Amino acid sequence: MAVQPIRKPTRLEPWQDPGQKPYVRIEKVTKTFGDFVAVDEVSLSIYRGEFFALLGGSGSGKTTLLRMLAGFETPTEGKIFIDGVDMAGIPPYERPVNMMFQSYALFPHMSVEQNVAFGLKQDGVGKAEIKERVGAILDLVQLGQFGKRKPHQLSGGQRQRVALARSLVKRPKLLLLDEPLGALDKRLRERTQFELVNIQEKLGVTFIVVTHDQEEAMTMSSRIAVMNHGVIAQTGTPTEIYEYPQSRFVAEFIGSVNMFEGRVVEDQADHVLIRSEDAGCDLYINHAVAVPAGATVGVAVRPEKIALSKEPPANSDGRNVTSGIVREIAYLGDVSIYLVELKTGKTVRVTAPNVVRRTEMPITWDDEVHLSWRPFAGVVLTQ
Amino acid sequence: MKQMGKLAWALWFGYAFLYVPIALLIFYSFNESRLVTVWGGFSTKWYAELLQNDQLLGAAWLSLKVAAMSATASVVLGTVAGLALARFGRFRGRTLFGGMITAPLVMPEVITGLSLLLLFVALEQAIGWPDGRGMTTITIAHTTFTMAYVAVIIQSRLVSLDESLEEAAMDLGARPAKVFFVITLPIIAPAIVSGWLLAFTLSLDDVVVASFVSGPGSTTLPMVIFSSVKFGISPQINALATLMMVVVATGIFIASLVMARQERQRKRDEQMAVQGG
Repeated sequence: MAVQPIRKPTRLEPWQDPGQKPYVRIEKVTKTFGDFVAVDEVSLSIYRGEFFALLGGSGSGKTTLLRMLAGFETPTEGKIFIDGVDMAGIPPYERPVNMMFQSYALFPHMSVEQNVAFGLKQDGVGKAEIKERVGAILDLVQLGQFGKRKPHQLSGGQRQRVALARSLVKRPKLLLLDEPLGALDKRLRERTQFELVNIQEKLGVTFIVVTHDQEEAMTMSSRIAVMNHGVIAQTGTPTEIYEYPQSRFVAEFIGSVNMFEGRVVEDQADHVLIRSEDAGCDLYINHAVAVPAGATVGVAVRPEKIALSKEPPANSDGRNVTSGIVREIAYLGDVSIYLVELKTGKTVRVTAPNVVRRTEMPITWDDEVHLSWRPFAGVVLTQ
Repeated sequence: MKQMGKLAWALWFGYAFLYVPIALLIFYSFNESRLVTVWGGFSTKWYAELLQNDQLLGAAWLSLKVAAMSATASVVLGTVAGLALARFGRFRGRTLFGGMITAPLVMPEVITGLSLLLLFVALEQAIGWPDGRGMTTITIAHTTFTMAYVAVIIQSRLVSLDESLEEAAMDLGARPAKVFFVITLPIIAPAIVSGWLLAFTLSLDDVVVASFVSGPGSTTLPMVIFSSVKFGISPQINALATLMMVVVATGIFIASLVMARQERQRKRDEQMAVQGG
């Protein structure tokens, strides 16, 4: 996972600023369909100008939550406030919110211009202004000369941009996007990610995006809420989610991870020491954990944070160092993935950049290698 | 090749089975002889006589009026029923209603006709309407059984219609009634048109239900044809049938021509979009 967030960090993030009032407040919202609990007591605060991602697998409740914000579903319990106004009983056509649908939902019997103008017409905007605003937004999504076409005369990427233009033309304060890039191929998806972020920053609209693609969520969003079985597993910036997962689910859902089981033997203010049968060595982590000595915990180490070498690392104290045999190598061009079988029987995944050419690589199949990582690499997980 | 030969024979036999009777009917409409089954030389005199026959023409005109009115009424009612079944989620007794809407499709026509006759008689005694039986009662009766077909067509079209289209319109600020007229209705228009045509055809060739609920002075074309069998069929009826067939065939031919052209245009557009995109 060599994914970097596209956006530049701003001065003080709104969610860290106690003076900021959230633009969207979701309070203990539950939604049940018969016996099935789709969303389970979810609370969230989303601030003005954020690019917020709801990330989860299918059936995690992310789309249901989005549809409740749009007004297509009513919460069974709990409240939703948008700009301080309780949304209970307010129908979709009166909410200050627009939505971009996964299927794009372009009206097949209308031209691109008519599709985009539809929302403005409902508001009784004058003809001249409609023409001007539709033209401006179509230029923004680079579809200026496609206005007279029908949706079926457009390619997938063009349809996606029409849908975006149609949902933005009313200048909503909040835009909900349901898998906005789901139907595009990989290359187009990467380009469109940047476009989406640029448009969002240019217009200053708050975006809430539902996605199952962790890479998409990582690159685009200011914050991510990871959802699982209707519950929010963790909320945080892409870096927090990736580097400091709070549960095994989050650690394993975002990127790939090696999980070692172990027992806390030393618990100090500035470090913990964990004895792991799995890893075949002691794990030293340079931050404190709120677990008593003797407790069983998991330690997550990302594959790219492990170093491989044929010689044992110099001046090692035997902590965070283990050895094994290379069983598989997957060459991906920029990086290679090594599957190393430890003496304990556990297989560890290591990714290393291909600094030298493949043919000159020193490590090959069935080599005995030493694995080591720094004290900050491991994350202790109790849940 | 031998296999092909057998298949070709099967094809010819099947189509002969379908079309020889019709060809025969058209052939004998140009018969000079008064007897339908005896060839007496070529003539178009029955077409000329047909245009003088007020009874037959009147019946044809009545049939067309009834068919047009009942098709229109059943499209309105069938759309409403189809919409309720396809869109209003799960309401109490939905399965029951869904099953009941299709019941008229399998109900013997004799029973439909008889029950409607009883209803009309009872209504007339109770509130004085409908006053006697005639065009009104035939139209109502035809609407009753054709609307079931329309409802089924509309319902299946709505089920396959992406619901997010309606949600998107609502999301953009359109109220539900407006969403229906501006988004849903235009998109399902082809289904409504085919529903109307089906209802029109069903009404046009119904003889059983119409026989039960029609009164003196209001005889539909199928009833006239049916009853004239008792006195021997006049070649005028062959002529009339030929004319109707020509009209229907022309209509179908034009419709399929237009549809084929639209399909070609759509394919071209899609190709252009893929290349241009």
